[in-house]
Amino acid sequence: MSRIGKIARRTFLVGSLAVAGGVAFGIYKLRETPPNPLSPGEGAAALNSFVIVDGDGVTLVAPKAEMGQGVHTTWAALIAEELDVELADVTLIHGPPAKAYFNSSLMAEGLPNKGYDASSFAHMLGEVMGQAGKFLNLQVTGGSTSMTDGYERMRVAGATARETLKEAAAQRLGVSRADLTTEAGQVIAPDGTAIPYAELAMAAAEIDPPHVELRPPSRWRLLGKTQPRVDMLGKATGTAEFAIDVRRESMKFATLRINPKLGGTMISADTSAAEGMPGVEKVIRFENGIAVVARNTWLAIQAAEAAEIEWGAAPYPPEMDGILATLDAAFQAEPNSTLRDDGDADTLPAGATEVTAEYDTPFLAHSTMEPMNATALFTGDALEVWSGNQAPIFTRRVCAEAAGLDEDAVTLHTTLMGGGFGRRGELDFSRYAAMVAREMPDVPVQVTWSREEDMRHDFYRPATKARFRGAVQDGKAVLIDGAIAGPSITQQAMGRWLGLSPGGPDKGHVDGAFNQPYAVPNFRIRGHLADLDVPIGFWRSVGASHNAFYLDSFMDELALAAGRDPLDFRLAHARDAFAPAAAVLERVGEMSGWTGQTAEGIGRGVGFCYAFGTPVAMVIEVADEDGAIRIAKAWIAADLGTALDPGNLEAQMTGGMIYGLSAAVMGEITFSDGEVQQRNFPDYDALRIHTVPETAVAILETNPHMGGAGEPSTPPAAPALANAIFDLTGTRARSLPLNKQFTFVI
Amino acid sequence: MSTTLTINGTAHTVDLPENVPLLWVLRDEIGLTGTKFGCGVAACGACTVHIDGEAVRSCQVALADVWGEVTTIEGVGTPDSLSAVQEAWVEHQVAQCGYCQSGQIMQAAALLAQTPQPTDEDIDIAMQGNLCRCGTYPRIRAAIHTAAAKLTEEG
Ligand code: FES
Ligand code: FES
Repeated sequence: MSRIGKIARRTFLVGSLAVAGGVAFGIYKLRETPPNPLSPGEGAAALNSFVIVDGDGVTLVAPKAEMGQGVHTTWAALIAEELDVELADVTLIHGPPAKAYFNSSLMAEGLPNKGYDASSFAHMLGEVMGQAGKFLNLQVTGGSTSMTDGYERMRVAGATARETLKEAAAQRLGVSRADLTTEAGQVIAPDGTAIPYAELAMAAAEIDPPHVELRPPSRWRLLGKTQPRVDMLGKATGTAEFAIDVRRESMKFATLRINPKLGGTMISADTSAAEGMPGVEKVIRFENGIAVVARNTWLAIQAAEAAEIEWGAAPYPPEMDGILATLDAAFQAEPNSTLRDDGDADTLPAGATEVTAEYDTPFLAHSTMEPMNATALFTGDALEVWSGNQAPIFTRRVCAEAAGLDEDAVTLHTTLMGGGFGRRGELDFSRYAAMVAREMPDVPVQVTWSREEDMRHDFYRPATKARFRGAVQDGKAVLIDGAIAGPSITQQAMGRWLGLSPGGPDKGHVDGAFNQPYAVPNFRIRGHLADLDVPIGFWRSVGASHNAFYLDSFMDELALAAGRDPLDFRLAHARDAFAPAAAVLERVGEMSGWTGQTAEGIGRGVGFCYAFGTPVAMVIEVADEDGAIRIAKAWIAADLGTALDPGNLEAQMTGGMIYGLSAAVMGEITFSDGEVQQRNFPDYDALRIHTVPETAVAILETNPHMGGAGEPSTPPAAPALANAIFDLTGTRARSLPLNKQFTFVI
Repeated sequence: MSTTLTINGTAHTVDLPENVPLLWVLRDEIGLTGTKFGCGVAACGACTVHIDGEAVRSCQVALADVWGEVTTIEGVGTPDSLSAVQEAWVEHQVAQCGYCQSGQIMQAAALLAQTPQPTDEDIDIAMQGNLCRCGTYPRIRAAIHTAAAKLTEEG
C-alpha cells in the first residue's frame, strides 16, 4: 500500500502511463497478488490494479488485447457492475505489462482434461494450474479465456473498490458503511447527500479493502445485457488509434524485407540502388534480411523491393510434397498423445459396419486486416514501444533484448489491434521495431510490413492430416479411432515465448477431437507430432480449427452408414455425454426447421464442436445457383453458461463462423522453393459481403461453466459446410479448401 | 516536387515524388490516419476515400493524379458530430476490430449519395470490394439500410 502525499501536480503513473492524479483500486484480494503495477507518481497514491479514481472520475484497466472481440467493453462492464458506475462515464485503458494482469484461465486450458466432464476436482486443479500463469508471466490474450479469467476477479475488483469508498464516506460522515448505498459513481448517505467517488479517493487509499460479497445475477444492471461498445465511436470515425496510426514528432517510416525462405539467412545483399532512392534515410542489415527507413512507408517499400538479395535456404523441405511427407512419416512413429482411450479401439465390434476415411487440411495465414507493424523510439538508455500485441510481458522482454536494455528501461504501449486471430501473440513485429529503432537513436520509427511481407512471414495454422476408422451398429457409433498428424504449435510457441519446449502430450494438437462430448463405447484419439520447422502458431481456435473438420465430418459419414439423420445421430451420442451439447444441437435444429429433407437444389449440413468451454452447433444451407454453390443460410446455437453481453456474443459467433467459412472455401498457404506462394488478398481471399450467409444466432445459458466467445464458432463452420455440400451434391469433401473440388458463387 | 491538395476542405502542400500514392500522403505526410492501409493493390478497400464525391482506392491514386477535392473519414463526421452513416454504424454496433470500417463507411456513403434507397443487390455490388476479416458484413448491410432510411427522412 502506498503513501498518500500532498497532490502538488496531480500526475499519476500507471506503469509508464501518466494518469491525472488520483488513486488506483482493484487488487484481487482473494489470493496473494503480484505487485501492483500502477505505481504512484509525485503526490499521488496507487492502491491496486484495476480501478483508478482521480479528479476526473473513474478509470478502469482492461489489460486484455482488444482485437475486435469486444473484450474491453465486457471487461469494463464486470468492474462497473459492482462499482456502480456507468460505462459511458468511465475511461478505459489497457495498462502496462504486469504480472498482476496474468491470465489465470489460459493455463487451465492447457490441462489435458476434456473440459466438459471436468469434475470439481479437475476444475480446482485447473484453477491451481491457472496460478502458474502468474509465475510464467502469462499476460496473454488468447484461448478465448478473457471472460473466464475476468468473470470473478473483475467483479471482486469493482466490489472491493466500492466498499472501500463507502468506508471512506462512512468515516467522514460518522455513520456505518451498511447505511450507505452507491449509485452512478457516488456514495449516497441516508439523508440523500451524494459524495462523488473522486472526493473520497484519497481517504479510501488509506483504508484496507473490506471483504466483499458479489451480487447475484438477478441484481445485475449491465451484465447480461448488450452494452454499447466503448470503442465504437472511435472506430466509426477513424479516430481509434491502432498501432499503425501512432504518430510522433519527426517520425520516420520503415519496412522490412526478410528472407521468404522462413528461418533462412541473408547470404548477400546489394542495397546501393535502394539507398539512392527518393526519401530513403537508411538501410539496415539483419542476419536474415533488411529494413529500409524512409520518410514515408511507401517509399520505404519501393526501396526494399529494389534491393538485390541472395537468400539462404529454409530449414524445412522446399516443396509441398516434402513438407506433407513429414506428416505421413509422423503416423508411423509412436503417438505423442492418447488423450482419449475409452473401451477397446483396436477391435472391430462383431457384426458392426466399418467406416474409414482420411482427411487433410492446409496451412493458413491469419491475414489480419491491419498488417503487422510496431513503432519504437530508442534514446540510448531507454526504449518506448507502441505495439498491438496479445502478450505484453513477453513483448517487452524481447524488445529489451533487441535494444540491449533491461526490461525496466522499456515502456510498452499496447494499442487497439486491427485483428489478431492469434497472430498478435507473436513477438516478431515488436522485436523488429526495437531492432530498427536501435539503429536510429532518438528518432521514432514506425516499422510497417507490406501485405506481401505479412502474408509470407506468418506463423501459419499448420497443415495436418487425419486417419479415422469407426464402426456403427444398430444406429449408433460403436467405435471411433482417430489419428491426427501435424507439427506442434505448443512446442514452437512456448519456445518463442518462454524459451522452453514442453514435453508431454500436446493437447492443442488434438483439441476439438479427443474432447468431444460424444458417448461412444470404444473411442480413441491419438496425436502424432511431425518434425517440421515451418513457422506455425495459434490461429483462431487452434487445433479445433482442423480437428472439428475431421471428427465432425466423420460423424456425418458414420450417420450415413448407420442410416440415420445426421442431426439425430449426433444428438443420440451427445445426450449421454454433456447436456449442453445436446441442447445446442436441439436448438439449432429448431431454429433451422431441420427435417432431414431438403428441396431440389438445396443442401443442408450440421456441424458441431465443443471448444474453449463452449459447445457450438451450426446448420448451413447451400443452394445450387447455375452450377455454383452459394452459402445461403446459417444458424448457430452456442451455450456459454453465462451470456455477459448477448449482442457482442452474436457478433463474435457470426464473425467466427465467417472466418471459418472463408478458410474452408478458399484458404490455403502453399510453399514452393521454400517460399510461401500466396502474396496478397487476390491469392488469399476471404468471403465478402455478397458471399456470406444470412445468419441467425441463439445464445444458451445451460452450461455449468462459462465458455469462451472469440473462437468456438470457427471450428464447426468447415464441417457444417462440407456436410451441406455432401447433401447437395452427394460428393464427400475430405480435403480443404473446398474450392479445389467444388465451384462456389464468387 | 510540390503539390497542393484540398483535403476535407483544407489546402495541403506536400513536397514529394509524384508517384507516391494518395494513401501514404494522407497517412504519413499529413497525419490523417483514419484512412487505412490493407493491401496496397486495390483488393481490400481499407484505403477508400472520396475524390469529388466518388469512392476511390487511395492506394491506387498517385499524388500527381489526384483530380479533385479529397474527403477522408475525418471529413465525414467526428465523434461529436456524426454523419447519418456513422450514426447508423454506431446504432448497429458494426465494428469488431474496426480496421476496415473507415473504408466501409466511405464506400457506403458514396453508395448512398448515388443510390439513396439501395437494394440488397445494390449493396452487394457496391460493397464487395471492401474486405472485413472480422466478418461484420451482416451488420454493415443492416447499417446501410438504416442510414438510407435516415437520410430519406431527413430529405
Ligand atoms: S489498401 Fe487500397 S485497396 Fe487495400
Ligand atoms: S471490423 Fe475487423 S476487419 Fe472489419
